Amino acid sequence: MTQVLTIARLTILEASRRKLLLALGVLTILVIVLTSWGFSRLPTMSGVTPAEVRLASSQLTILVAFMFSGVLALGSTLVAAPSIASDIESGIALAILPRPIRRSQLLMGKWLGLAFLVTLYAAGSGLLELLGIWLATGYTPPNPVAALTFVAAEGIVLMTLTLLLSTRLAPMTGGVIALVLFFVGWIGGIALAIGTGFDNETIKNIGTGSRLLIPTDALWHGAIFHLEPPDFLALARAGGRGARAGNPFFADAPLPGIYIAWVVGWLAAIIGLANWSFAKRDL
Amino acid sequence: MQRPSTDRSDPNPIEAADAASLAVHTQDLAKRYGKTVALSGLTMSVRRAEVFGFLGPNGAGKTTAVKLLVGLAHPTAGEAWVLGAPVGDLQTRRRLGYLPELFRYQGWMKAREVLGLHCELSGMARSEWKAEIASALELVGLSERADDKVEGFSKGMQQRLGLGVALLGRPELVLLDEPTSALDPVGRHDVREIIRTLKARGTAVFLNSHLLSEVEQICDRLAVVDHGRVIATGTMAQILGQDGAVRVRVTGLPAGSRAGLGEFGNLEDEGEWLTFRGLPSERVPQLVAEIVRQGGRVYAVEPRHETLEDRFLQLLKEQDQ
Repeated sequence: MTQVLTIARLTILEASRRKLLLALGVLTILVIVLTSWGFSRLPTMSGVTPAEVRLASSQLTILVAFMFSGVLALGSTLVAAPSIASDIESGIALAILPRPIRRSQLLMGKWLGLAFLVTLYAAGSGLLELLGIWLATGYTPPNPVAALTFVAAEGIVLMTLTLLLSTRLAPMTGGVIALVLFFVGWIGGIALAIGTGFDNETIKNIGTGSRLLIPTDALWHGAIFHLEPPDFLALARAGGRGARAGNPFFADAPLPGIYIAWVVGWLAAIIGLANWSFAKRDL
Repeated sequence: MQRPSTDRSDPNPIEAADAASLAVHTQDLAKRYGKTVALSGLTMSVRRAEVFGFLGPNGAGKTTAVKLLVGLAHPTAGEAWVLGAPVGDLQTRRRLGYLPELFRYQGWMKAREVLGLHCELSGMARSEWKAEIASALELVGLSERADDKVEGFSKGMQQRLGLGVALLGRPELVLLDEPTSALDPVGRHDVREIIRTLKARGTAVFLNSHLLSEVEQICDRLAVVDHGRVIATGTMAQILGQDGAVRVRVTGLPAGSRAGLGEFGNLEDEGEWLTFRGLPSERVPQLVAEIVRQGGRVYAVEPRHETLEDRFLQLLKEQDQ
């Protein structure tokens, strides 16, 4: 475990020394200040009722959360894609691995460090943004901690998949493949919503298959659900299935426990596969 | 022309049963990358506290062999032991130092931090780090640059740092893959001195190099590899044939009588000059007498001083033939 923690600390230190944390921190604070200012304009609009401010705030919060989850997903890919591949290409891994460290320890150290960074960014940016929105409008979503947990999980899932690709593919190739899969998953989620809305089994099956293979979009919908106030949910449900079909910013139910168990199993399987792939590779 | 026989086996072979007492022992070690054979049946031994040179042309399988020994690549066939344990053994790696051929350290770290990281990874007690790092920096001449970031280092300085990393924790075996390839003459001299210091400490050094003069100066024993297998191994004297190589300038020898002189050693016929390898010095007068008896006129008899480069090229040529 000591070796895993050493590599995890090294990964976090690298992100800090290469000014990744500083750049993300400055940009995030800038975005939060700007969006909070935008939110603060809502109650000042003429003729708007507190209920409408609350409804508009909830929808805008989901959009802002989408932006942050997107940044997190892209960031996870960009950081994870070179993590093993670049170390092999540059020869850093050649110097480290003859030490008394298993390849699995190196890989798990990288995973742990990256998972910490993803969680730190999801929690830090999410809580600050929600604080800004609360200060500007007085609105807080129903379950922000659960929502941020799902956003962080989405980033960790994508980071883990990219890490697996990084054990075999060049950083650029692995990163591009991971991003394509991320967007395929997003489209699959829309397909599932449309298939469900219009009771089309084929489209629904395609969407379900995509959710099982690439859980990122499902986790995003898990986050959305916890950002939707009950009155908005009731309003949306009253609008009928057709009205909600294909809306990527709406979730009418929480993620079932069995699906969350599937995601945990999926993560374990991808981590296992990454370890196997790295262990078998000739360096 | 009669060719001298290639010295394919170590004149002082080491039994496989002695593997535990050796620094390195490989038995029919082979590695394929797809259809490409990188190493085919490598069998060799490196004794403790000796400097062992591993020579070969580009693509001979030298770096592949080193990577197999430190567990960076997996053998297709055969076996290998390092410090008495099968390759890859985690505990044994604590007693191992390795300088890769092509490598880079984290550019965002200071030299002192890189050494600290490797102290940590090798499981060294934290109380020993400071002295170990200072000693390594001093040995490779980087004390003044200890707190500079590695990204500002020249290739030669990175190689010095790599050497410092390989020497941390007083390893029992150090594998150096082309340690002087980026160094200037001063740096090369320094590396030779470091290797001599290691030998004096009782550390075995496996030196993978194609700089023949370097190997000639510091190695106790060496192996020459080509096409993934050992084509000659032994001490420097054995490889160079200095046990008895004599050149004789002779004229007037009847046709057909030259072959008969083969009993005096491996004969290399270069017209007026005949070279006899493996000829003990006490038999030189007998050789001259025999040449004269056969009607030859002897103008010169001189010991053959062969450089490692001559011998190396000759071995490769024989292998190709």
